[in-house]
Amino acid sequence: MKQRKTKSQGLAYKRLPRRAVVLGGLQAAFIGGLAARMRFMQVDQADEYRLLAEENRINIRLIPPTRGRIYDRNGQIIGQNSPSYRIVMVREDAGDVDAVISKLSDLIPLTEDEIERAKTEMRRSAPFLPVTLADQVTWEDISKVAVNAPALPGVTPEVGMTRQYPRYEDFAHVVGYVGPVSDYDLSQIEDPEPVLRIPRFQIGKVGLEAKQEGTLRGKAGAKRVEVNATGRVMRELDRQVGEAGADLQLSVDADLQQYAQARLAGESAAAVVIDCETGDIRAISSAPSFDPNLFVRGISVADYRTLTQDNYRPLANKTVQGTYPPGSTFKMITAMAALEAGVIGPSNTVYCPGHLKVGSRRFHCWKRGGHGTVDLETSLKRSCDVYYYDVALRTGIDRISDMARIFGLGVKHDIPMSAVAAGLAPNQEWKQRVHGQDWLVGDTANASIGQGFMLASPLQLAVMTARIATGRAVSPRLVRSVNGIEEPSGAGEPLAVNPNNLEQVRKAMFSVSNDRRGTAYRSRIIADEFRMAGKTGTSQVRNITKAERAAGVIRNEDLPWERRDHALFVSFAPYDNPKYAVAVVVEHGGGGSKAAAPVARDIMLQALYNGTPPLEAYPVADRDRIKEQQKRLEGDRRPKARPTEKDRA
Amino acid sequence: MSYLEYAVKSTPSGFRKFLFMNWPLTLLLISTASAGFLMLYSVAGGSWTPWAEPQMERFGLGLAVMFIVALVPIWFWRNMSVVAYLGSIALLVFVELFGTVGMGAQRWIDLGFMRLQPSEVMKVTLVMLLASYYDWLPSHKTSRPIWVIIPVILILIPTFMVLRQPDLGTSILLLAAGGGLMFLAGVHWAYFAAVIAAGVGLIATVFNSRGTEWQLLKDYQFRRIDTFLDPSTDPLGAGYHITQSKIALGSGGWNGRGFMQGTQSRLNFLPEKHTDFIFTTLAEEFGFVGGITLLTLYGLILIFCMVTALSTKDRFSSLVTLGIALNFFLFFAVNMSMVMGLAPVVGVPLPMVSYGGSAMLVLMAAFGIVQSAHIHRPR
Repeated sequence: MKQRKTKSQGLAYKRLPRRAVVLGGLQAAFIGGLAARMRFMQVDQADEYRLLAEENRINIRLIPPTRGRIYDRNGQIIGQNSPSYRIVMVREDAGDVDAVISKLSDLIPLTEDEIERAKTEMRRSAPFLPVTLADQVTWEDISKVAVNAPALPGVTPEVGMTRQYPRYEDFAHVVGYVGPVSDYDLSQIEDPEPVLRIPRFQIGKVGLEAKQEGTLRGKAGAKRVEVNATGRVMRELDRQVGEAGADLQLSVDADLQQYAQARLAGESAAAVVIDCETGDIRAISSAPSFDPNLFVRGISVADYRTLTQDNYRPLANKTVQGTYPPGSTFKMITAMAALEAGVIGPSNTVYCPGHLKVGSRRFHCWKRGGHGTVDLETSLKRSCDVYYYDVALRTGIDRISDMARIFGLGVKHDIPMSAVAAGLAPNQEWKQRVHGQDWLVGDTANASIGQGFMLASPLQLAVMTARIATGRAVSPRLVRSVNGIEEPSGAGEPLAVNPNNLEQVRKAMFSVSNDRRGTAYRSRIIADEFRMAGKTGTSQVRNITKAERAAGVIRNEDLPWERRDHALFVSFAPYDNPKYAVAVVVEHGGGGSKAAAPVARDIMLQALYNGTPPLEAYPVADRDRIKEQQKRLEGDRRPKARPTEKDRA
Repeated sequence: MSYLEYAVKSTPSGFRKFLFMNWPLTLLLISTASAGFLMLYSVAGGSWTPWAEPQMERFGLGLAVMFIVALVPIWFWRNMSVVAYLGSIALLVFVELFGTVGMGAQRWIDLGFMRLQPSEVMKVTLVMLLASYYDWLPSHKTSRPIWVIIPVILILIPTFMVLRQPDLGTSILLLAAGGGLMFLAGVHWAYFAAVIAAGVGLIATVFNSRGTEWQLLKDYQFRRIDTFLDPSTDPLGAGYHITQSKIALGSGGWNGRGFMQGTQSRLNFLPEKHTDFIFTTLAEEFGFVGGITLLTLYGLILIFCMVTALSTKDRFSSLVTLGIALNFFLFFAVNMSMVMGLAPVVGVPLPMVSYGGSAMLVLMAAFGIVQSAHIHRPR
């Protein structure tokens, strides 16, 4: 034991304090290094790291803007945002996801698809993020879920805004519809706004909704939120309010539109009503139509197939997109071109033997025996073809084509709807350019009665009629005001034509529907203050062979639907002080006087009386029939807005 | 017999022993642990659960353990060191066979009320064994090769067992602590020079082994080293922890973002914010001032251990105290280097502050030995 003591006083023992000091020194140096490093990071580089920390924690979330509403001219709602209910589920709150979903599917109808999609989405996203189980849920189902909430952990009903069209079919072609942004939409836009990347954000897909997207969408707001490392929102720091989209007021009268739509029902047809004073489109109906709400929520394959396979093409907007040979409704233009060119005077006559030989070809008048000697008024009133062949050949196609453009044919009107067609008012240069062929005199003959290459949309025909009625370059106006600020009127400047010539044409049009021998006499208006002037048109969609002509032209009723003639009618009223111009096209409707004129007259009266017209406005013989029709349409017309799911609840 | 070696009469007895404790060291330990409670309260979002309260309970238990160990004479602990070492080895074998697997490693024995990490225990018992070895070894034999190889083997056995778990961090700490103790014992410096040279060679070999079939480290260990060397290569993957930790630390600035105001910790950008990365939270919320304060506390703990070591004439007491101090130093030095981006993320907690039961208890027991050495020092 004494040895121990000496041992501990030996060489190694003496070395211990020395070594301890060396090791202590190394430790002190290391601690000093740590302190220096800390100083460098926390004092010298503090600002840089502070910035990085801020970037980490702050996230900017977009607040989708409220889409602008769409009203008719009287303030009735056409497009609005209504609450839509959906059922969402948060995985981390649900616990056993499968059990909760199976319990939920006992309560409300859930398709296999929906369940599968939701499960996939849940697996992919963070556990605290809500995943939509069912969208566009009825109020009843929502109530069921709410009542059973304790048995359904993590399942909550959520309310969002979705576009809703309370007028259903009436405005499908005008307003179009919205839908969620698709990848295709994004690929079409250069540098898309971030708001478009919000899931289920709705943008206009077709029609006014698409064309006025910029106005309707508004500006997204933003909120700055603090998020944690997994992206869960901890709290909101501040919020920048966005800007709601602008409300649009249409020039359309929803009630008139509804009437027009109902009146056209059963046909494949289009009708346009233009206000002659302002160019306001009072009604613009294409039949048959479809329910745009189906597209908002995502149309089913079956529904879509029904729409695309229908011969009457409900998805096509026949008012602006459909172009038809204008037929005899074009004769006013031919007459104006001839009058302006000085080729004829109003009282000059042409003899109609029932046909005219042009070159080697015989051009027939629709009336086999001919009309005899006709002047301007008679030719228009009785729609003599030979008169127009004759004056057109003397006037030349280029003048006729120019005149058509003056009246808005072959010109694309600027209205915010989808696929607005320019139609076609051909001339020599056009045929050379497009077909590489010389213009033939026969082409002129065809063009003079609105056949051949000539094409016009119902909107163009209505604009043409309004221009004839007013002598001004009326241009159509669909949007009356944006956020209460009125858009420029479409009244237009006086046309570069002789007003006297126009007066002659108007007078002739008056005879069409007021003279006993006029083609639209049966569809006249009796009310003195609302006398209507018009022009019928029947445009062929087939060639009549020599053999058929010899045997007698087959009547429309005996032809298959798609080979029958298109029926057209253009009109304006009141004759003395034109208020409205109406154009109606009934596809394969047969004769214009029979199929189109009565429709146009009814719509015109509805517009003039701003509601159901009195029977006194109709010819005596028709009144019983009209009364029936009014009763039927009244019954047919749906209530202004179908009760929504919410109202029913 | 052995306690007759000491001048027993001069040693305090009974409750008078408390008066002769190293009280500054005790107070420093309490202060450091309190800083830990505060930070655990903060990282839990201003709540005593789930971390601060259990930690306080464990620290209370740890204090009790420290006092008990302190009251037992130091020569008892010296005599126990071989048993303690063998017991630790047994625990390591046990954990190898039956341990709980966590975070890709087999490290724990679940005792029900706490998880025991044998490698923590090993750090202290290795120091004890080596201290008593050099206490026993005649000093003129210290640098003889045969007497150098024996302690080296004693160090390498637990080191390899821990490395197999795998726990690279702890095995390096064992190696460093053992080597440090041999250095303190007076082993000739030439051995250390040789080992350092060999170490450099070994590192080169390890790196060359990468991708071959005799690869010495696991892929995740290689990745951690890669990430350490250049964290920016993988900011969202492996480098994420280091990057976020540095952001948190740096954004603390001079005096911090305020208690419970650290956005990085609050919003979970920090990994393991209650254990390995707790210093980051402290530095974020209390800034440079807070960080330096903790570092100063640690430095003072080392200094007071040194005081004990140098004021005793007993070789075992000196060596074991310095060894424990060295262990403590390695603990916080590696942890702080790690969160400051100076060392790879090896999973070493911050002593006395990080949440964790077995590390805290083992450390308090070790300081109990230091206290015992202080109380029972021959005067």
